[in-house]
Amino acid sequence: MTFSTRPAPRLGTMLLLALGAALVVVLPLLHATGLLSSFTLSVWGKYLCYALLALSVDLLWGHTGLLSLGQALFFTLGGYLHGMYLMRMIGELGQYRKPIPDFLVFLGWERLPAFWEPFASFPFAIAMVFLIPGLVAFGFGYLAFRSRVKGVYFSILTQALTYAASIMFFRNNLLLGGNNGFTDFKFILGYRLDDPGTTRALYVASAVALLLAVAFCRWLRSTKFGLVQHAIRDGENRVLFSGYAAVHFKLFVFVVAALMAAVGGALYTPQVGIINPGEMQPEKSLEAVVWVALGGRGTLLGPALGAVSVNALKSWATRAYPDLWLILLGGIFVLAVLFLPGGLVSLPARLRALFSRRPSS
Amino acid sequence: MEWHRTKVDFAGTLFRGLSLGSILLVAALGLAITFGLMRVINMAHGELIAVGAYTTYLTQAFFGSGMTLPCFGLSLPVPGLQLAGSSREAYFIAALPASFLAAATAGLVLERGIIRFLYRRPLESLLATWGVSLVLQQALRLIFGPNNVQVSSPSYLSGNWLVGDVILGWNRVFVIGFALLIVLGMGLVLTRSSLGLLIRASMQNRTMAACLGVRTERVNALTFALGSGLAGLAGAFLSQIGNVGPSLGQGYIIDSFMVVVVGGVGSLGGTILSAFGIGGIDQVLQQYLPLVAPGLAWVPGIGGFLQNLAQDAAVFGKILVLAGIILFLQWRPAGLFSPRSRTLDE
Repeated sequence: MTFSTRPAPRLGTMLLLALGAALVVVLPLLHATGLLSSFTLSVWGKYLCYALLALSVDLLWGHTGLLSLGQALFFTLGGYLHGMYLMRMIGELGQYRKPIPDFLVFLGWERLPAFWEPFASFPFAIAMVFLIPGLVAFGFGYLAFRSRVKGVYFSILTQALTYAASIMFFRNNLLLGGNNGFTDFKFILGYRLDDPGTTRALYVASAVALLLAVAFCRWLRSTKFGLVQHAIRDGENRVLFSGYAAVHFKLFVFVVAALMAAVGGALYTPQVGIINPGEMQPEKSLEAVVWVALGGRGTLLGPALGAVSVNALKSWATRAYPDLWLILLGGIFVLAVLFLPGGLVSLPARLRALFSRRPSS
Repeated sequence: MEWHRTKVDFAGTLFRGLSLGSILLVAALGLAITFGLMRVINMAHGELIAVGAYTTYLTQAFFGSGMTLPCFGLSLPVPGLQLAGSSREAYFIAALPASFLAAATAGLVLERGIIRFLYRRPLESLLATWGVSLVLQQALRLIFGPNNVQVSSPSYLSGNWLVGDVILGWNRVFVIGFALLIVLGMGLVLTRSSLGLLIRASMQNRTMAACLGVRTERVNALTFALGSGLAGLAGAFLSQIGNVGPSLGQGYIIDSFMVVVVGGVGSLGGTILSAFGIGGIDQVLQQYLPLVAPGLAWVPGIGGFLQNLAQDAAVFGKILVLAGIILFLQWRPAGLFSPRSRTLDE
């Protein structure tokens, strides 16, 4: 039962703006002048997509008390739907020099399956990025919240949903690339993906999307809606008895979070250059929860901070100590849950408290 | 003739359903204790199953020629008794208590070290135990290698049993019998022993039990160890019918949670019923989905797509079962059997 205290607005805004400016302006400028390699920039782009995913987890878990273990599903769905467009854009440049994606040729298809047809259009693909994850979230959320599935039961069910989807996406028969998913993208909107300018544009798009999402969350919690949201987290029954339809609130938040994750996924695919069902497995959702827990749940900067720092650590540790990485991740998680419930964001305040207490005792 | 074959097929499906149900039941029983009674979401349950399975593997090595384990730079020798023949095959009898104890010890450490601090924060205990599961999984991978290890079935568990024209695998018959035995034992412990009485008392009303002089802390630890031990037993048992690898537990964890949720959290009878229900439905779907697949073509728009998917009976069946569970929870949000209660937050 924690009451969120609103941060001092002046400082918070300034910090946010400064970080935003650094992400949107400074990094791309460094890249344009050649001080930053395209590889590094796209790695940062990937971190920012993960930060979007983390933000969606936090919107649910930190602000509404719904621990969803299915956010990786929406992230990957967004990635796949955008990936379908990118696959169509390869055209006849694939290994088999056929007008249909390679894996379809490999499976013995001569013509494009009907549901692949419209994905040659970018607006259609983007509309689908919003529509399909949104519909899945709405359908599942409606069923789950209506029957008042709460707490850990909700977590377990969302995990089962993700699991079901992932085993489905692993199959070749789904005609979405099976095990290997989509890769070898060449063009987006007519621009070459290996062009530094494209890399920069995609990175800026990710940074802007993240900033918009953070601004949205910040705005949401200043509204009455945000208050109800926090009330649901802290005492759902009281909210119900006060006459609010908690189901509608939760459903709305669940759908918005799904869209946020889907946008992250859609930006992730072209920057990383591959999307496969591995991204959808239940442990990926849990990993996203680790980012939020470590960064600080229920805060604005925490999720993004957690996502970037854990992934930066991962990039380093999987190369330096590939065997020990999972032990490290698990260990961090246990320690964060046990000893740092407020996350990294709460660290300065904690340290300050520690130092100010010392002289008096 | 044709009719006879359908009948035999159906009996075979039923038998496979029964054995899958037993597997689910054994894997979920430990959870029925830790999750059902204690309300602790133990995401490391799957890894405790794996600990049991690897203990069986070690016991086998101990009865045989021994082995050396590379353990974080050190090499740990496991002496072998160099037995042969039927006395060597008796390893499985010894492996049962050994795997129970190994997993129970691991569970005890987990409860004392982490979970007891998180009883009031169920979501956090889910996360912390997931962290533990990652660590355990990787530790198993580092010690025993990333590949599956060989656990041989003793001869008294292999072979077939022909009833009418239905082939019943011995190990599957054993699986069913063993599941029934464990459930019976569990039931007896919970309802007839003094430990069971203490467990039920502290799980139903912890403060009241504490007032009456029950040392609830200790009961918590013992209960958790019991649930973990059952996971270990499940591991010993699964080593006889499937592969033993570091990610063995991952394959069972989601199904086990589903079994407990559908059965009604806190109800042993519900767990049994839902395990057999889910196992049976899964097998029936696997058997008959390919038969109905051609009939799916009429669905407008996605007919061909559904048809394609239904060919993958194992996967599609599983997805249908999960979808069915979500719909089932619409009808009975608290599962098959749920204790009647007037409190809002259960």
